[in-house]
Amino acid sequence: MSYIEILKNGIVKENPTFVLMLGMCPTLATTTSATNGMAMGLATMAVLICTNFVISLIKNVTPDKVRIPVFIVVIAAFVTILQMLIKAYLPDVDAALGLFIPLIVVNCIILGRAEAFAAKQSPVASLFDGIGIGLGFTLGLTLLGICREVLGSGSVFGFVLLPETYNILLFVLPPGAFITLGFLIAIVNKLKK
Amino acid sequence: MKKIESSLTNMVLVLTLVCVLVGSILAWVNSLTAAPIAQQKEQALAAGIKSVLNATDVTVSRVDTVSQSGDAGRDLTFVVYHATDASGRDLGAAVESTTGGFGGDLKVLVGFDSEGTILGYTLLEHAETPGLGAKADKWFQKDGKGSIIGKSPAEPLTVSKDGGQVNAITASTITSRAFLAAVNNAYNAFRHTPVDAATGATKQQK
Repeated sequence: MSYIEILKNGIVKENPTFVLMLGMCPTLATTTSATNGMAMGLATMAVLICTNFVISLIKNVTPDKVRIPVFIVVIAAFVTILQMLIKAYLPDVDAALGLFIPLIVVNCIILGRAEAFAAKQSPVASLFDGIGIGLGFTLGLTLLGICREVLGSGSVFGFVLLPETYNILLFVLPPGAFITLGFLIAIVNKLKK
Repeated sequence: MKKIESSLTNMVLVLTLVCVLVGSILAWVNSLTAAPIAQQKEQALAAGIKSVLNATDVTVSRVDTVSQSGDAGRDLTFVVYHATDASGRDLGAAVESTTGGFGGDLKVLVGFDSEGTILGYTLLEHAETPGLGAKADKWFQKDGKGSIIGKSPAEPLTVSKDGGQVNAITASTITSRAFLAAVNNAYNAFRHTPVDAATGATKQQK
């Protein structure tokens, strides 16, 4: 597979949100607004690129029976480093995302890609897979965030579009996340045919 | 390169090695970022005090920690930052106050002038519902729909649903009540700091 194909695979063919259905917990919880969704997607992408690369590098020195604990330690290390760096140098991002960042450790996309891709492929290919899947995840979360924000708060990325009377509170609350996600998956499946 | 076998020695060695390595990297990054993180926190607090007191030149002259036992037997702690401007004039105080909101602890910083009138407030920490209770950061400000700026909680502030004079956030009465309780508590802590009044408040000078 060429690197371009790996990228396309992550964004379209194996889109983590709409096709693989991985990482549903952060997907549903953090997409109350477009900004939150996108920020969560980008943070996950940063971690995914690093872990995919490192795990691919150490795949041959990791005995099969302990590969999962080793992968988890690597993932947790990157997430902790990311969190400390953001807290120290990007306080604005920390205020918006601080709560969500530790969640990335248990995001199954990261471990899923480590198992399914990085543990079998070369480091450079794994790097591209990280970028592709990361972009796909960011895209999915941003899309979901935009839909929920328009319907629930009448705005997009904080810009007000509709007056408050037209806001449907349900879409900002958890049930709205399930409903929106269901409709988006249905639309994506229809378009793919 | 051939993949190494899953023998007991290999597994123990690799796991130990990975953990030690990762541990030392984390310790190193932590030592690098500890100072900037502490600095950011201080700056955020200083900026918060300035904004709630509506002043640009603020010196914190005295910090008091007030503990009171709350309704549910829970100890409430308030931090009162007494502030003066450059010429030593009393600007009042910024009070850190915590109550239980809808989604978790709601921590606010409220600024009072020396008379006890609310100058401003900011939410330091909260876990309210985005799009509903989380609107509290704007709602009670000067241009908001339930402005509390310029009011004095000498008569405790309550939402209009409870017969009070403050408009609650639409569909977020619990958050609004918690927020106003935090403001009222902050006022009491601020009023009772100079003289230890007969509310059972215990004072600890820092």
